[in-house]
Amino acid sequence: MSRLSLSAALNAGLRQVLEEDPRAIVMGEDVGPLGGVFRVTDGLSKDFGSGRVIDTPLAESSIVGTAIGLAIRGYHPICEIQFDGFVYPAFNQIVSQLAKMRARTAGKVPLPVVIRIPCGGGIGAVEHHSESNEAYFAHTAGLRVVICSDPQSGHWMLRQAMACGDPVIFYEPKRRYWDKGEVSSDLTLAPAFDRALVAREGTDATVVCYGGMVATCLEAAAVAEGEGRSLEVIDLRSLSPLDLDPVCASVRRTGRCLVVHEAPGFAGLGAEIVSGVTERCFYHLEAPVLRVTGFDLPYPPAKYENQYLPDADRVLDAVDKLLGF
Amino acid sequence: MTQPTHASGSTSHQLAREPSGAPLRDPGDRPAQILGPDGVLAGAPGWVTPGLTRDLYRWMRLTRRLDAEAFALQRHGELGIWAQSLGQEAAQVGSVTALRPADYVFPSYREHAACLVRGVSPSQILAQWRGVSGCGWDPAARHLHAYTVVLGAHLPHATGYAMGVQRDGTDEVVTAYFGDGASSQGDANEAFNWAATCSAPVLFFCQNNQYAISTPASLQMRTPIHHRAAGFGLRSFLVDGNDVLAVHEVTREAVRHIRSGGGPAFVEAVTYRMGAHTSSDDPTRYRDQAESDAWQAKDPLSRVEKLLEAQGWWDQGFRTALDAECEALAVEVRSAVRGFGPVELDGLFDQVYARRTALLSSEKAAYADLVAGFLDEEVDDDGGPPDSLAGQARTARAFGVGVGR
Repeated sequence: MSRLSLSAALNAGLRQVLEEDPRAIVMGEDVGPLGGVFRVTDGLSKDFGSGRVIDTPLAESSIVGTAIGLAIRGYHPICEIQFDGFVYPAFNQIVSQLAKMRARTAGKVPLPVVIRIPCGGGIGAVEHHSESNEAYFAHTAGLRVVICSDPQSGHWMLRQAMACGDPVIFYEPKRRYWDKGEVSSDLTLAPAFDRALVAREGTDATVVCYGGMVATCLEAAAVAEGEGRSLEVIDLRSLSPLDLDPVCASVRRTGRCLVVHEAPGFAGLGAEIVSGVTERCFYHLEAPVLRVTGFDLPYPPAKYENQYLPDADRVLDAVDKLLGF
Repeated sequence: MTQPTHASGSTSHQLAREPSGAPLRDPGDRPAQILGPDGVLAGAPGWVTPGLTRDLYRWMRLTRRLDAEAFALQRHGELGIWAQSLGQEAAQVGSVTALRPADYVFPSYREHAACLVRGVSPSQILAQWRGVSGCGWDPAARHLHAYTVVLGAHLPHATGYAMGVQRDGTDEVVTAYFGDGASSQGDANEAFNWAATCSAPVLFFCQNNQYAISTPASLQMRTPIHHRAAGFGLRSFLVDGNDVLAVHEVTREAVRHIRSGGGPAFVEAVTYRMGAHTSSDDPTRYRDQAESDAWQAKDPLSRVEKLLEAQGWWDQGFRTALDAECEALAVEVRSAVRGFGPVELDGLFDQVYARRTALLSSEKAAYADLVAGFLDEEVDDDGGPPDSLAGQARTARAFGVGVGR
């Protein structure tokens, strides 16, 4: 057990994977000597060589496309897309090729490729560096879409993603890269990476969130506690497949549900969660399921993002409405 | 060879241009050719043996027969759609026979000849066109990837696979087929550049069949495709794609270059799609008869027949046996298509992920319940006309096409 930042915990996970799996290959733009723009691959090239930690040409479609070819050959590539807004050139390779190969070959060509994407805002970046595009990928059958929220979940989930045998879109909330936490490398202690977890127990309302919003919702729950309100916070972790069982179990106890994500709300993950909760918990609900999300704007210039991104105040305001029904 | 096969670096010529401003062809570029449309061999290459010539011809004949049968089956409504390889038999047969069985091949979606040579059965090829499978064969078993319909998307796959070959330290050569239309895609150009930068052992084999559905090559590009290769650092070759012997020899040379560690290579085979893009297409809307007739005179099969005839290389026994083999293939194709039978949707739920997810489990169970409900209703059926989903399902069953719809 050691205290690590999310970035360092992911680095330790990659290191472990490269040590344990000789067919594992880390590839992406600037992942070699530079260690990636967020230093998640720091030192890996020095220790494992440029053959296993590959600095690629600046071509996202081919980063995923060549990873597919490597996987057909029997390798286990872990691609890094440098920023969320740069994944779009690779969109076709991900949704039309990577996601569907297992199904169309009746299981004969599995593609165990993990695509790491730093995601979301909150770091004052320029355009195309702060996007939340998880809904695009969650909509595509054949992909797993997961997102970590802290160093421990990041470390375990990355190693689990590499072992699962499916293509995985692995989101890392970039504004949490420097948050520190205790990290155990013992994978036997890890809950399944496609399971949602209760991050904080509570009785008055269920707050469903993921990624960078988990810390925000925990902060809101701490404030709410001071106001005499008990919020249960659930970290979804896996966006596809979506693990609604813990969510519904919680909502049946609390009778109220709030969904929080920083992606724009329209046709976002929140809509799927609201639908699932409403369908399965209708007779337990004391109020409509509400959402707090990013606005339906292109991600704004950096000076606006504190207003754009959901924060504890917006979460608490929504909790007031939820409890007011 | 009447022309040098190494065509890269010849970009200094002034390109002739059509009135539209589109390029014709660099007049300095003449595709390598051994066997002309008149069936006359240029020179007397010692490797052009009766056995090899007959073997190549046999694969072309079998492919053409498969193509004709499949096209007819589409017209009978037995296949949803079919992409004919008519006219491109030499480009495919000449090249794929120059590879070793272990050399992995990434086809586009018209490489039926390459499939046959690789041991994929006609029914396995037709499964996707019939709509009963996403890929009818086991790619690993045939060293032949599934067809790729999104143009050019498989070219980075070939480069990546070749990177794996490189790491494994074997001397396999990866070959990717694509067309003039796909060469416009970003993925194609990324793959060329990527392969060059890591010296991946991959052969990019472009069948320039002159049309991307209705768009002529002259609207796709301002320079001949093979010229582009030099800009990426690929060794390139230009060959008459309707001359199976020249294609075979040029591919062997390209593969020798790659296998010996020389890095990736590029072949442009100049050919012609004699049929439509697919059975849904109408080529009379975008090309005239004179053009088709001119290419008909360059038919890749007839020139080999003339050679075999002139050299006395096809005796009656070979001819009769091949005719019989083609007939047998036709019978196999027809019976295989009829034999596919109804499909069952429920199997698909288990093929998406390594382990079935909760969502798919619940959808599979719900679907099974739905079907079971129909069966219950069927017991109570009063014999009236179908007016519900249940009725439609029964109707589908009555016609033997399954309930998957």
